[in-house]
Amino acid sequence: MSVAALQDWWLTLSDEVVTYGPGFVSATLVVLGVTVASILVSWVCGLLGALGKRSSFAPVRALASFYVWFIRGTPTLVQVFIVYFGMPQIGVKLSPITAGIIALGVSSGAYVAETIRAGLAAIPRGQVESALALGMNPRIMMVRIVLPQVFRMILPALTNEAISAVKNTSLLSTITVVELTLYAQLMIATTFRPFDFYIAAALIYLGLTSILSQLSAFFERRYARLS
Amino acid sequence: MAQIATAAAPLLKIRKLHKSYGANEVLKGISLDIHEGEVVSIIGASGSGKSTFLRCLNLMETPTSGFMDFERFAFDYEQGARRQPTPQQLCALRARIGMVFQSYNLWPHMTVLENVIEAPIQVRRMPRRQAVAEAEALLQRIGLYEKRHAYPSKLSGGQQQRVAIVRALAMAPKVMLFDEVTSALDPELVGEVLALIGSLAAEGMTMLLVTHEMAFARDVGTRTLFFDGGVIAEDGPPDDIIGAPRSERLRQFLRRVLHQPAALGETA
Ligand SMILES: Nc1ncnc2c1ncn2[C@@H]1O[C@H](COP(=O)(O)OP(=O)(O)OP(=O)(O)O)[C@@H](O)[C@H]1O
Ligand SMILES: [Mg+2]
Repeated sequence: MSVAALQDWWLTLSDEVVTYGPGFVSATLVVLGVTVASILVSWVCGLLGALGKRSSFAPVRALASFYVWFIRGTPTLVQVFIVYFGMPQIGVKLSPITAGIIALGVSSGAYVAETIRAGLAAIPRGQVESALALGMNPRIMMVRIVLPQVFRMILPALTNEAISAVKNTSLLSTITVVELTLYAQLMIATTFRPFDFYIAAALIYLGLTSILSQLSAFFERRYARLS
Repeated sequence: MAQIATAAAPLLKIRKLHKSYGANEVLKGISLDIHEGEVVSIIGASGSGKSTFLRCLNLMETPTSGFMDFERFAFDYEQGARRQPTPQQLCALRARIGMVFQSYNLWPHMTVLENVIEAPIQVRRMPRRQAVAEAEALLQRIGLYEKRHAYPSKLSGGQQQRVAIVRALAMAPKVMLFDEVTSALDPELVGEVLALIGSLAAEGMTMLLVTHEMAFARDVGTRTLFFDGGVIAEDGPPDDIIGAPRSERLRQFLRRVLHQPAALGETA
């Protein structure tokens, strides 16, 4: 490649960044916002699901089992459609982004519930007994002794789930949320350059998920040192 | 020494305590008075119900039937009786009765100091500053003050078990229960844990300890119970029970335990 060609390529690229950059930035912010919100929803659902499965009250156990069974056995895309297109039929109309956050959060929550359940099962009985023997009530025991240990144990699994959460935001392109994938599609419709725009979107997803992987490795080192 | 308190009202009163797991009756009617300052060692074969008995005392296990009286608590597990503990009473009772287990069960995500102050802060609602001061004094006493910011995994078994004892002591319990607390330790670490328990006994702490350390039971204990098949088969001063066993069952049991540890003891 000649120097002139290289210069030419560079000028075009900087032009493109000026033209499409802001759009990519705001689409990326949507991805980040939806990811964070849906992860928070998934932790709440996951905790309720995991504790529900251990409840001494049979109907609660049944409900928690049904939740996990239903979510794990159906495609996430269909779950998104149920919340966004299906719910209005029974009178619950949500904005695309709210519907998307709820659908992705509740969906991921079932996987988080299974992870937490496995983590709870891995806590030695003696940890619980020593807490109870000191007079702690079950709530304090859970919050102070059991869950912190479970959290450290399942952090790698939670990070994997967070990486899935980032990637699953692309499903919301089907319900008009202008996140990265839909933004790329919209630009392709006017530029007819699918390769460029899908690769650009892919690189941004890759950046976000790589940051999460690094974070996971950091936490693993940190907690390995602590215990 | 054993007679000092016997005239006073007992600290802990157990009557006709039964515990079954399904069809398996493990405790078959235990009646017992424990007075303040008594150091009661419990011996007996594996499966005779020693652990189950200790666990019933702080209600880690729910008795099938029986009556129990301790401080302001009086519980009756008779069929249809209404004096069963509420969840709040369960916690309050356990806060007054310390229990230490064979596997130290320190919480691995907390430092030594955090392990010790956790229950005083959460259960006794003690201000953090005071809890830390008391915990540090206790850790000084067992020579582990320097280790207060270490995590349990960095401690030897004997150190962990002593922290576990101090963690229970930080609740200022009225009675301490020890269930084979030296059984999981390497022989060379047993001594430091027994020394700590011995010093508590010397201070007048009321305690019940399940142990296979017969020499310790004789030196430190004021009373020995021999459990056999879910009942107290013999009850008396350690020198009588261990030194001059009456029943053939107890003689057999002592022959077994006295010979095994002797072989182990030679290495220590
Ligand atoms: N949670 C439980 N469920 C069912 N059976 C139990 C339970 N805990 C104890 N048992 C049974 O109760 C009996 C007495 O057990 P326990 O642990 O009290 O004996 P032990 O005297 O402490 O014995 P060891 O010296 O081996 O510790 C055993 O037969 C045991 O199988
Ligand atoms: Mg036992």
